[in-house]
Amino acid sequence: MTVKLVVVSHSEKIADGAVELAVQMAPDVLILPAGGTDDGRIGTSLERVMAALEQASDANSDGTVVLTDLGSAVMTAESALEFVADPSSVLLADAPLVEGLVAAAVAAQAGADAAGVKEAAEAVYRPPAAPQHAHEHRPPEATGDFELINQAGMHARPAAKISGGLSGMDAEVTVNGADGASMTELMMLGAGKGTMLHVEASGPDAVKAVDYLRGLIGAGFGEP
Amino acid sequence: MGLDVNWALRWLALSADAMAEHREELIELDRPIGDSDHGENMDRGFKAVMVKLAEAPPETAGAALKLTAMTLMSKVGGAAGPLYGTAFLRAGTALGDAADVDAATLASAFQAARDGIVARGKAESGDKTMVDAWTPAVDAAAAAAGDSDVRKVLLAAAEAAEAGAVSTDPMLARKGRASYLGERSIGHRDPGAVSSALILRAAVGAAE
Repeated sequence: MTVKLVVVSHSEKIADGAVELAVQMAPDVLILPAGGTDDGRIGTSLERVMAALEQASDANSDGTVVLTDLGSAVMTAESALEFVADPSSVLLADAPLVEGLVAAAVAAQAGADAAGVKEAAEAVYRPPAAPQHAHEHRPPEATGDFELINQAGMHARPAAKISGGLSGMDAEVTVNGADGASMTELMMLGAGKGTMLHVEASGPDAVKAVDYLRGLIGAGFGEP
Repeated sequence: MGLDVNWALRWLALSADAMAEHREELIELDRPIGDSDHGENMDRGFKAVMVKLAEAPPETAGAALKLTAMTLMSKVGGAAGPLYGTAFLRAGTALGDAADVDAATLASAFQAARDGIVARGKAESGDKTMVDAWTPAVDAAAAAAGDSDVRKVLLAAAEAAEAGAVSTDPMLARKGRASYLGERSIGHRDPGAVSSALILRAAVGAAE
Protein backbone atom coordinates (compact mmCIF):
# COMPACT_ATOMS: atom_id res chain seq x y z
CA MET A 1 0.00 0.00 0.00
CA THR A 2 1.54 3.26 -1.12
CA VAL A 3 0.38 6.69 -2.14
CA LYS A 4 -0.40 6.88 -5.86
CA LEU A 5 0.86 9.53 -8.26
CA VAL A 6 -0.77 11.08 -11.32
CA VAL A 7 1.26 13.07 -13.84
CA VAL A 8 -0.67 15.74 -15.77
CA SER A 9 1.29 17.15 -18.70
CA HIS A 10 0.44 18.95 -21.92
CA SER A 11 2.41 16.29 -23.72
CA GLU A 12 1.62 12.60 -23.66
CA LYS A 13 5.31 11.89 -24.24
CA ILE A 14 6.37 14.04 -21.28
CA ALA A 15 3.86 12.35 -18.98
CA ASP A 16 4.83 8.86 -20.16
CA GLY A 17 8.55 9.65 -20.03
CA ALA A 18 8.38 11.18 -16.56
CA VAL A 19 6.52 8.10 -15.32
CA GLU A 20 9.08 5.83 -16.94
CA LEU A 21 11.87 7.69 -15.15
CA ALA A 22 10.17 7.76 -11.75
CA VAL A 23 9.13 4.10 -11.81
CA GLN A 24 12.82 3.13 -11.93
CA MET A 25 13.26 4.52 -8.43
CA ALA A 26 9.87 3.46 -7.12
CA PRO A 27 8.89 0.08 -8.53
CA ASP A 28 6.03 -0.47 -6.07
CA VAL A 29 4.33 2.89 -6.56
CA LEU A 30 1.38 3.24 -8.92
CA ILE A 31 2.27 6.19 -11.16
CA LEU A 32 -0.23 7.06 -13.86
CA PRO A 33 0.36 9.40 -16.81
CA ALA A 34 -2.40 11.75 -17.96
CA GLY A 35 -0.74 13.64 -20.79
CA GLY A 36 -2.06 15.25 -23.94
CA THR A 37 -5.59 15.58 -25.19
CA ASP A 38 -8.11 12.82 -25.93
CA ASP A 39 -6.97 12.78 -29.55
CA GLY A 40 -3.25 12.82 -28.79
CA ARG A 41 -2.54 16.51 -29.31
CA ILE A 42 -0.66 18.92 -27.04
CA GLY A 43 -2.96 19.99 -24.23
CA THR A 44 -4.64 18.55 -21.18
CA SER A 45 -7.84 16.57 -20.95
CA LEU A 46 -10.25 16.47 -18.07
CA GLU A 47 -11.32 12.99 -19.17
CA ARG A 48 -7.78 11.65 -19.08
CA VAL A 49 -7.09 13.21 -15.69
CA MET A 50 -10.40 11.90 -14.32
CA ALA A 51 -9.66 8.40 -15.65
CA ALA A 52 -6.23 8.41 -13.98
CA LEU A 53 -7.64 9.68 -10.69
CA GLU A 54 -10.35 7.01 -10.74
CA GLN A 55 -7.86 4.26 -11.50
CA ALA A 56 -5.69 5.56 -8.65
CA SER A 57 -8.58 5.66 -6.20
CA ASP A 58 -9.59 2.11 -7.16
CA ALA A 59 -6.08 0.85 -6.36
CA ASN A 60 -6.11 1.64 -2.65
CA SER A 61 -7.27 4.27 -0.17
CA ASP A 62 -3.87 5.80 0.60
CA GLY A 63 -4.51 8.99 -1.31
CA THR A 64 -3.17 10.41 -4.55
CA VAL A 65 -0.70 13.19 -5.27
CA VAL A 66 -0.89 14.99 -8.61
CA LEU A 67 2.12 16.54 -10.37
CA THR A 68 1.52 19.02 -13.19
CA ASP A 69 3.51 20.94 -15.78
CA LEU A 70 2.33 24.29 -17.19
CA GLY A 71 -0.50 26.49 -15.87
CA SER A 72 -3.47 24.99 -17.66
CA ALA A 73 -2.47 21.51 -16.49
CA VAL A 74 -2.89 22.86 -12.97
CA MET A 75 -6.29 24.24 -13.94
CA THR A 76 -7.39 20.97 -15.47
CA ALA A 77 -6.25 19.08 -12.37
CA GLU A 78 -8.15 21.53 -10.16
CA SER A 79 -11.23 21.17 -12.37
CA ALA A 80 -11.02 17.41 -11.99
CA LEU A 81 -11.16 17.82 -8.22
CA GLU A 82 -14.61 19.39 -8.64
CA PHE A 83 -15.83 16.05 -9.96
CA VAL A 84 -14.02 13.36 -7.92
CA ALA A 85 -15.95 11.52 -5.23
CA ASP A 86 -13.54 12.34 -2.42
CA PRO A 87 -11.54 15.50 -3.22
CA SER A 88 -9.74 15.36 0.13
CA SER A 89 -7.98 12.15 -0.98
CA VAL A 90 -6.23 14.01 -3.82
CA LEU A 91 -3.43 16.52 -3.23
CA LEU A 92 -1.91 18.77 -5.90
CA ALA A 93 1.82 19.29 -5.52
CA ASP A 94 3.29 22.64 -6.57
CA ALA A 95 6.61 21.35 -7.81
CA PRO A 96 8.72 21.06 -10.95
CA LEU A 97 7.35 18.09 -12.85
CA VAL A 98 10.30 15.78 -13.31
CA GLU A 99 12.32 16.53 -10.18
CA GLY A 100 9.16 16.75 -8.08
CA LEU A 101 7.80 13.50 -9.45
CA VAL A 102 11.01 11.60 -8.75
CA ALA A 103 11.15 12.98 -5.20
CA ALA A 104 7.45 12.15 -4.69
CA ALA A 105 7.86 8.65 -6.08
CA VAL A 106 10.80 7.93 -3.80
CA ALA A 107 8.87 9.24 -0.79
CA ALA A 108 5.84 7.11 -1.72
CA GLN A 109 8.07 4.08 -2.17
CA ALA A 110 9.46 4.69 1.33
CA GLY A 111 5.93 4.64 2.72
CA ALA A 112 5.27 8.35 3.30
CA ASP A 113 1.63 9.42 3.53
CA ALA A 114 0.03 11.69 0.92
CA ALA A 115 1.00 14.89 2.76
CA GLY A 116 4.58 13.60 3.07
CA VAL A 117 4.74 12.73 -0.62
CA LYS A 118 3.44 16.19 -1.58
CA GLU A 119 5.98 17.76 0.76
CA ALA A 120 8.81 15.72 -0.75
CA ALA A 121 7.88 16.99 -4.21
CA GLU A 122 7.56 20.59 -3.10
CA ALA A 123 10.83 20.53 -1.12
CA VAL A 124 12.74 20.03 -4.36
CA TYR A 125 13.08 23.68 -5.27
CA ARG A 126 12.82 25.27 -1.85
CA PRO A 127 15.59 27.79 -1.24
CA PRO A 128 18.36 26.23 0.86
CA ALA A 129 18.36 29.17 3.29
CA ALA A 130 15.06 28.22 4.91
CA PRO A 131 16.00 24.98 6.70
CA GLN A 132 19.37 26.35 7.76
CA HIS A 133 17.68 29.41 9.20
CA ALA A 134 15.21 27.27 11.13
CA HIS A 135 18.14 25.22 12.23
CA GLU A 136 19.92 28.13 13.88
CA HIS A 137 17.14 28.45 16.39
CA ARG A 138 17.04 24.79 17.17
CA PRO A 139 20.14 22.91 18.30
CA PRO A 140 20.40 19.43 16.83
CA GLU A 141 19.07 16.63 19.00
CA ALA A 142 21.14 13.99 17.25
CA THR A 143 24.22 14.18 15.06
CA GLY A 144 26.51 11.85 13.23
CA ASP A 145 29.47 11.90 10.85
CA PHE A 146 29.57 9.27 8.15
CA GLU A 147 31.95 8.69 5.27
CA LEU A 148 30.64 8.21 1.76
CA ILE A 149 32.09 4.85 0.70
CA ASN A 150 30.25 4.06 -2.51
CA GLN A 151 32.15 4.59 -5.74
CA ALA A 152 29.78 7.13 -7.32
CA GLY A 153 29.26 9.25 -4.19
CA MET A 154 26.13 11.34 -3.71
CA HIS A 155 24.39 10.94 -7.06
CA ALA A 156 20.67 10.74 -7.78
CA ARG A 157 19.84 7.35 -6.31
CA PRO A 158 21.56 7.84 -2.93
CA ALA A 159 20.03 11.34 -2.68
CA ALA A 160 16.62 9.85 -3.47
CA LYS A 161 17.09 7.14 -0.83
CA ILE A 162 18.03 9.70 1.81
CA SER A 163 15.21 12.14 1.04
CA GLY A 164 12.71 9.34 0.52
CA GLY A 165 13.49 7.57 3.77
CA LEU A 166 13.49 10.79 5.77
CA SER A 167 10.14 11.88 4.35
CA GLY A 168 8.48 9.16 6.43
CA MET A 169 10.02 10.53 9.66
CA ASP A 170 9.12 13.46 11.84
CA ALA A 171 12.53 15.11 11.90
CA GLU A 172 14.36 18.03 10.37
CA VAL A 173 17.63 16.78 9.02
CA THR A 174 20.57 18.48 7.37
CA VAL A 175 23.46 16.79 5.63
CA ASN A 176 26.47 19.12 5.39
CA GLY A 177 23.92 21.94 5.61
CA ALA A 178 21.67 20.65 2.82
CA ASP A 179 18.05 19.84 3.56
CA GLY A 180 17.86 16.07 3.97
CA ALA A 181 14.31 16.11 2.58
CA SER A 182 15.47 17.69 -0.67
CA MET A 183 16.93 15.33 -3.20
CA THR A 184 18.12 18.29 -5.29
CA GLU A 185 19.98 19.93 -2.44
CA LEU A 186 21.65 16.66 -1.53
CA MET A 187 22.80 16.19 -5.11
CA MET A 188 24.05 19.78 -5.21
CA LEU A 189 26.47 18.97 -2.42
CA GLY A 190 28.51 17.31 -5.13
CA ALA A 191 29.93 14.97 -2.52
CA GLY A 192 32.21 12.30 -3.94
CA LYS A 193 33.56 9.07 -2.47
CA GLY A 194 35.47 9.67 0.75
CA THR A 195 33.54 12.82 1.71
CA MET A 196 32.58 13.07 5.38
CA LEU A 197 28.90 13.84 5.78
CA HIS A 198 27.91 15.71 8.91
CA VAL A 199 24.31 14.94 9.80
CA GLU A 200 22.26 17.02 12.22
CA ALA A 201 18.70 16.12 13.15
CA SER A 202 16.02 17.54 15.37
CA GLY A 203 12.42 16.61 16.08
CA PRO A 204 10.75 13.52 17.58
CA ASP A 205 12.41 11.13 15.12
CA ALA A 206 15.87 12.77 15.27
CA VAL A 207 17.68 9.72 16.61
CA LYS A 208 15.87 7.40 14.24
CA ALA A 209 16.79 9.64 11.32
CA VAL A 210 20.49 9.65 12.19
CA ASP A 211 20.40 5.86 12.68
CA TYR A 212 18.73 5.50 9.31
CA LEU A 213 21.44 7.56 7.60
CA ARG A 214 24.21 5.70 9.47
CA GLY A 215 22.89 2.41 8.07
CA LEU A 216 22.29 3.75 4.60
CA ILE A 217 25.57 5.60 4.13
CA GLY A 218 27.56 2.92 5.95
CA ALA A 219 26.28 0.30 3.53
CA GLY A 220 27.22 2.50 0.59
CA PHE A 221 23.54 2.69 -0.35
CA GLY A 222 23.82 -0.93 -1.43
CA GLU A 223 26.13 0.16 -4.26
CA PRO A 224 29.69 -0.82 -5.09
CA MET B 1 -40.52 36.77 -21.26
CA GLY B 2 -37.49 34.85 -20.12
CA LEU B 3 -34.94 32.62 -21.78
CA ASP B 4 -35.56 28.91 -22.18
CA VAL B 5 -33.57 25.86 -23.22
CA ASN B 6 -34.01 26.73 -26.89
CA TRP B 7 -32.29 30.05 -26.28
CA ALA B 8 -29.41 28.21 -24.64
CA LEU B 9 -29.14 25.80 -27.56
CA ARG B 10 -29.21 28.66 -30.07
CA TRP B 11 -26.60 30.49 -27.99
CA LEU B 12 -24.27 27.50 -28.06
CA ALA B 13 -24.85 26.93 -31.77
CA LEU B 14 -24.15 30.59 -32.54
CA SER B 15 -21.06 30.41 -30.33
CA ALA B 16 -19.88 27.40 -32.34
CA ASP B 17 -20.52 29.36 -35.56
CA ALA B 18 -18.59 32.33 -34.19
CA MET B 19 -15.62 30.16 -33.19
CA ALA B 20 -15.54 28.61 -36.67
CA GLU B 21 -15.91 31.99 -38.35
CA HIS B 22 -13.26 33.72 -36.20
CA ARG B 23 -10.94 30.74 -35.95
CA GLU B 24 -8.15 32.31 -38.02
CA GLU B 25 -8.53 35.68 -36.30
CA LEU B 26 -8.14 34.05 -32.87
CA ILE B 27 -5.16 32.06 -34.09
CA GLU B 28 -3.53 35.26 -35.37
CA LEU B 29 -4.19 37.07 -32.07
CA ASP B 30 -2.69 34.15 -30.16
CA ARG B 31 0.39 33.87 -32.38
CA PRO B 32 2.47 36.79 -31.03
CA ILE B 33 1.55 36.31 -27.36
CA GLY B 34 0.58 32.67 -26.95
CA ASP B 35 0.94 29.38 -28.75
CA SER B 36 -1.43 30.25 -31.62
CA ASP B 37 -3.84 27.47 -30.78
CA HIS B 38 -6.73 29.42 -29.27
CA GLY B 39 -8.83 29.63 -32.44
CA GLU B 40 -8.28 26.00 -33.27
CA ASN B 41 -8.96 24.85 -29.71
CA MET B 42 -12.17 26.87 -29.34
CA ASP B 43 -13.44 25.78 -32.75
CA ARG B 44 -12.77 22.13 -31.95
CA GLY B 45 -14.25 22.48 -28.47
CA PHE B 46 -17.51 24.01 -29.64
CA LYS B 47 -17.83 21.54 -32.53
CA ALA B 48 -17.59 18.79 -29.90
CA VAL B 49 -20.24 20.62 -27.84
CA MET B 50 -22.59 20.53 -30.84
CA VAL B 51 -22.09 16.77 -31.14
CA LYS B 52 -22.77 16.21 -27.42
CA LEU B 53 -25.89 18.38 -27.44
CA ALA B 54 -27.23 16.44 -30.41
CA GLU B 55 -26.49 13.09 -28.75
CA ALA B 56 -28.23 13.93 -25.48
CA PRO B 57 -30.51 16.96 -25.88
CA PRO B 58 -30.74 18.73 -22.52
CA GLU B 59 -34.09 19.79 -21.08
CA THR B 60 -33.08 23.02 -19.39
CA ALA B 61 -30.74 25.89 -20.17
CA GLY B 62 -28.77 24.98 -17.04
CA ALA B 63 -28.30 21.40 -18.22
CA ALA B 64 -27.17 22.60 -21.65
CA LEU B 65 -24.49 24.81 -20.09
CA LYS B 66 -23.26 22.01 -17.82
CA LEU B 67 -22.92 19.59 -20.73
CA THR B 68 -21.02 22.33 -22.56
CA ALA B 69 -18.73 22.71 -19.54
CA MET B 70 -17.78 19.04 -19.40
CA THR B 71 -17.17 18.90 -23.13
CA LEU B 72 -15.00 22.02 -23.26
CA MET B 73 -12.91 20.80 -20.33
CA SER B 74 -12.20 17.56 -22.15
CA LYS B 75 -11.85 18.73 -25.73
CA VAL B 76 -10.29 22.19 -25.80
CA GLY B 77 -6.85 21.21 -24.49
CA GLY B 78 -5.40 24.64 -23.67
CA ALA B 79 -6.08 26.88 -20.70
CA ALA B 80 -9.36 27.92 -22.33
CA GLY B 81 -10.75 24.43 -21.61
CA PRO B 82 -10.80 24.55 -17.81
CA LEU B 83 -11.50 28.30 -17.83
CA TYR B 84 -14.54 28.22 -20.12
CA GLY B 85 -15.50 24.86 -18.66
CA THR B 86 -15.59 26.30 -15.16
CA ALA B 87 -17.45 29.39 -16.44
CA PHE B 88 -20.19 27.33 -18.11
CA LEU B 89 -20.34 24.95 -15.16
CA ARG B 90 -20.87 27.75 -12.63
CA ALA B 91 -23.33 29.56 -14.93
CA GLY B 92 -25.30 26.35 -15.44
CA THR B 93 -25.41 25.78 -11.70
CA ALA B 94 -26.63 29.37 -11.18
CA LEU B 95 -29.46 28.83 -13.70
CA GLY B 96 -30.50 25.66 -11.88
CA ASP B 97 -33.62 23.94 -13.21
CA ALA B 98 -35.31 27.17 -14.32
CA ALA B 99 -37.35 26.63 -17.49
CA ASP B 100 -37.47 30.37 -18.04
CA VAL B 101 -34.43 32.43 -17.03
CA ASP B 102 -35.27 35.95 -15.82
CA ALA B 103 -33.02 39.01 -15.93
CA ALA B 104 -31.79 38.77 -12.34
CA THR B 105 -30.93 35.07 -12.68
CA LEU B 106 -29.16 35.75 -15.96
CA ALA B 107 -27.05 38.51 -14.41
CA SER B 108 -26.18 36.24 -11.48
CA ALA B 109 -25.22 33.43 -13.89
CA PHE B 110 -22.80 35.77 -15.69
CA GLN B 111 -21.34 36.72 -12.34
CA ALA B 112 -20.97 33.07 -11.36
CA ALA B 113 -19.21 32.41 -14.67
CA ARG B 114 -16.79 35.28 -14.10
CA ASP B 115 -16.14 34.19 -10.52
CA GLY B 116 -15.41 30.67 -11.77
CA ILE B 117 -12.88 32.00 -14.28
CA VAL B 118 -11.20 34.08 -11.57
CA ALA B 119 -11.13 31.14 -9.15
CA ARG B 120 -9.64 28.83 -11.76
CA GLY B 121 -7.19 31.17 -13.48
CA LYS B 122 -6.41 33.43 -10.50
CA ALA B 123 -6.28 36.44 -12.82
CA GLU B 124 -7.39 39.91 -11.79
CA SER B 125 -8.71 42.81 -13.82
CA GLY B 126 -5.89 44.38 -15.81
CA ASP B 127 -3.89 41.16 -16.20
CA LYS B 128 -4.73 41.05 -19.93
CA THR B 129 -6.97 37.99 -19.82
CA MET B 130 -10.58 37.05 -20.50
CA VAL B 131 -11.38 38.48 -17.06
CA ASP B 132 -10.97 41.91 -18.66
CA ALA B 133 -13.93 41.11 -20.90
CA TRP B 134 -16.01 39.30 -18.29
CA THR B 135 -15.80 41.75 -15.40
CA PRO B 136 -17.20 44.75 -17.30
CA ALA B 137 -19.81 42.42 -18.82
CA VAL B 138 -20.91 41.24 -15.38
CA ASP B 139 -21.09 44.81 -14.08
CA ALA B 140 -23.08 45.97 -17.10
CA ALA B 141 -25.43 42.99 -16.85
CA ALA B 142 -26.08 43.67 -13.18
CA ALA B 143 -26.83 47.32 -13.91
CA ALA B 144 -29.19 46.39 -16.76
CA ALA B 145 -31.02 43.67 -14.81
CA GLY B 146 -33.16 46.27 -13.02
CA ASP B 147 -35.38 46.65 -16.08
CA SER B 148 -36.25 42.94 -15.98
CA ASP B 149 -35.60 42.71 -19.72
CA VAL B 150 -33.31 39.77 -20.49
CA ARG B 151 -32.45 41.17 -23.94
CA LYS B 152 -31.13 44.37 -22.38
CA VAL B 153 -29.02 42.31 -19.96
CA LEU B 154 -27.56 40.26 -22.80
CA LEU B 155 -26.86 43.31 -24.94
CA ALA B 156 -25.26 45.26 -22.10
CA ALA B 157 -23.01 42.29 -21.30
CA ALA B 158 -21.96 41.79 -24.94
CA GLU B 159 -21.16 45.47 -25.53
CA ALA B 160 -19.17 45.74 -22.30
CA ALA B 161 -17.25 42.55 -23.13
CA GLU B 162 -16.37 43.89 -26.59
CA ALA B 163 -15.09 47.14 -25.08
CA GLY B 164 -13.28 45.09 -22.43
CA ALA B 165 -11.52 43.02 -25.11
CA VAL B 166 -10.32 46.22 -26.82
CA SER B 167 -9.11 47.52 -23.46
CA THR B 168 -6.60 44.65 -23.24
CA ASP B 169 -4.51 46.14 -26.12
CA PRO B 170 -2.23 48.34 -23.98
CA MET B 171 -2.09 45.95 -21.03
CA LEU B 172 1.01 44.08 -19.88
CA ALA B 173 0.19 40.38 -19.65
CA ARG B 174 0.54 38.96 -16.17
CA LYS B 175 -1.04 35.52 -16.61
CA GLY B 176 -0.66 32.55 -18.91
CA ARG B 177 1.94 32.07 -21.55
CA ALA B 178 1.68 35.70 -22.71
CA SER B 179 3.16 36.75 -19.37
CA TYR B 180 6.49 35.19 -20.40
CA LEU B 181 6.72 37.95 -23.03
CA GLY B 182 6.57 40.78 -20.50
CA GLU B 183 6.68 44.18 -22.24
CA ARG B 184 6.36 42.58 -25.66
CA SER B 185 2.78 41.57 -24.83
CA ILE B 186 1.78 45.25 -24.94
CA GLY B 187 -0.07 46.26 -28.10
CA HIS B 188 -1.67 42.87 -28.68
CA ARG B 189 -5.30 42.07 -27.95
CA ASP B 190 -5.91 39.14 -25.64
CA PRO B 191 -7.44 36.24 -27.61
CA GLY B 192 -9.37 34.92 -24.61
CA ALA B 193 -11.01 38.30 -24.10
CA VAL B 194 -11.96 38.35 -27.78
CA SER B 195 -13.47 34.86 -27.73
CA SER B 196 -15.36 35.79 -24.54
CA ALA B 197 -16.86 38.82 -26.29
CA LEU B 198 -17.81 36.64 -29.27
CA ILE B 199 -19.59 34.17 -27.01
CA LEU B 200 -21.46 36.90 -25.15
CA ARG B 201 -22.44 38.49 -28.48
CA ALA B 202 -23.79 35.10 -29.60
CA ALA B 203 -26.04 35.09 -26.53
CA VAL B 204 -27.65 38.30 -27.83
CA GLY B 205 -28.24 36.83 -31.28
CA ALA B 206 -29.83 33.75 -29.72
CA ALA B 207 -32.49 35.89 -28.03
CA GLU B 208 -33.50 37.74 -31.20
